[in-house]
Amino acid sequence: MKSSGRTERLVTVLVSLWLVLFGVVPLLLLVATSFFAQDPIDFFRLAPSLESYRQLLDPGYLQVMRRSVQFAALTTLLCLLIGYPFAWYTSRLSRPARVLVLVLLMIPFWTNSLVRTYAIRMVLGSQGLLNQALLALGIIDSPLRLLYTDTAVVLGLFYLMLPFMILPLYACLEKLDYRLVEAARDLGAGFLQTLLRIVWPLSLPGVYAGCIMVFVPTMGLFYVATLLGGARQLLVGNLIQQQFLNARNWPLGSATSVVLILMMALMLTGYWLVLRRLAGRRRQ
Amino acid sequence: MATSVLSLCGLSKSFAGHRVVDDFSLEIGQAEFVTLLGPSGCGKTTLLRLIAGFEHPDSGRILLDGVDLLPLPPEKRQVNTVFQSYALFPHLRVFDNVAFGLRLRRMRGEELRRQVAEALALVQMSPFADRFPGQLSGGQQQRVAVARAIINRPRVLLLDEPLSALDARLRREMQVELKRLQRELGIAFVLVTHDQEEALSMSDRLVVMAEGRIAQLGTPREVYEEPNSLAVARFIGEINLFPGRVAERLADGRLLLALGDQEMTVAGKSGLAPGQAVQLLLRPEDLRLVERHEEGMPVFHGAIVERSYRGSTLDTIILLDEGRQLRACEFFDEDDPDFDYRVGERVRVSWVRGWEVVLADEE
Repeated sequence: MKSSGRTERLVTVLVSLWLVLFGVVPLLLLVATSFFAQDPIDFFRLAPSLESYRQLLDPGYLQVMRRSVQFAALTTLLCLLIGYPFAWYTSRLSRPARVLVLVLLMIPFWTNSLVRTYAIRMVLGSQGLLNQALLALGIIDSPLRLLYTDTAVVLGLFYLMLPFMILPLYACLEKLDYRLVEAARDLGAGFLQTLLRIVWPLSLPGVYAGCIMVFVPTMGLFYVATLLGGARQLLVGNLIQQQFLNARNWPLGSATSVVLILMMALMLTGYWLVLRRLAGRRRQ
Repeated sequence: MATSVLSLCGLSKSFAGHRVVDDFSLEIGQAEFVTLLGPSGCGKTTLLRLIAGFEHPDSGRILLDGVDLLPLPPEKRQVNTVFQSYALFPHLRVFDNVAFGLRLRRMRGEELRRQVAEALALVQMSPFADRFPGQLSGGQQQRVAVARAIINRPRVLLLDEPLSALDARLRREMQVELKRLQRELGIAFVLVTHDQEEALSMSDRLVVMAEGRIAQLGTPREVYEEPNSLAVARFIGEINLFPGRVAERLADGRLLLALGDQEMTVAGKSGLAPGQAVQLLLRPEDLRLVERHEEGMPVFHGAIVERSYRGSTLDTIILLDEGRQLRACEFFDEDDPDFDYRVGERVRVSWVRGWEVVLADEE
């Protein structure tokens, strides 16, 4: 008992140390950098400045912001539309079948997502698998331009992010008391009514969680936009990458990151508030 | 019984090769309270799910008012269920839970509010309309589940062990409530339970189930007083058994039984032949601890090993000299204020002629 308590404390201390060292400190450095002035040689100067945040309000940057929100929203919506039925049917499968589906879903994680993005290029390229198949089938006469389009970017984002939508949804739907579905049907609700009135509202925590897990990271997936969308500034992630690696403007890159982190924090707070409200209803 | 609302004809259902419901047939009357009673795994809940439409039978038919129910999905069947776990929708207030069925039928506004209020009043839950199910006690949730199920005015209400999660006092209260509701609504109730006391006190007719079949069907009184098998007798109420043998069939048709070294005559019963082993079944309340026993009745000698005062009755356990234990339950005799026994006191046990039930010894 005593030794397990000591182990527990040791683990807690180690984890806290790790978090402070690799989470809190870098974050503070990032926030601090965003309030310094730019310097083309030393990356930044130790002079307080709000210049970076002012720059973020430039129409050009706002445009990037708006577009990446659009991309992320579209990706999230697609993931939800495909992921929800997927998660629902998976949660209704027999136990071994469920495990199999989930393992199949996880296997791609064993491969780096950058590698998988290159794989998508192989499929979508003008000499790619898809074009070759369509040509062979005689559906098209000349290769379609699939790569370096917004569609390709959304497709890639969708492919990479789908599991992040499915897993929280599955976790939520799997816990759903199926007797509630039976009760709804017993009272006269058909498939659609049961889905809309019972299953969907009860799965909202999973929906929120899935959307947050897809939406925010999507805006940072710069390499997907680069590899599938060409070298254009599509996502906030591209902007951040460019500021740090090309423009050598660390304060601006940091400020952009801070904005992204704030968005995430805002959404998580919303999620937490919703959960608390739901919990308050269920137990007095 | 002339007008049966629900007919179950030869229903069978197997799960993974195991026959859970086996060629089950039953007619349920217009405003009848029928209870399916049996140990867990006897197929009673499956039967309810077949009627509700959550399971499809392998064979057989289900008719509601003469119309075949089997092609219809659960939502199209005019039966409603009170689920064992209540299955109230946790995200909806009590009002919206009860209104669920009506809203599906596109009822809105004043009429909706009136009918929901009526249903809530019927189960005495009007003050709780704005609560969420998580904020209610078990008994209150139970009432809401009933209100939600009856608001669609089903032809038959199915109740799947609705009281099993309640404490004893609340359970008795709800038994009376449900009985009242059934009278007021005038619809058929089919109750599934493994609680024999509940089954006896509530039902018009009782179906004792065993291994997917009807073990016995009758009024609670018939089933309690005239069980047709030892299994049914054991399942319903407490019993005392006296093993014996049919000695001979008398000229007047009665049977002469041998109980150890004693003999007695009982009314003739088909299926019993001389030489056959039988069990004489007597309920604890049938036994009498007597000073002098009736002529021609067997009497057993023993000693009191335990007595417990139960308010209106006195329960005693008697160890017979031959080694078996009996349980007797006697009402207090107002003329005899000293009526009581000491532990260890010698007694003679007998019963009133004709109260015994003779069953072929199956074991």
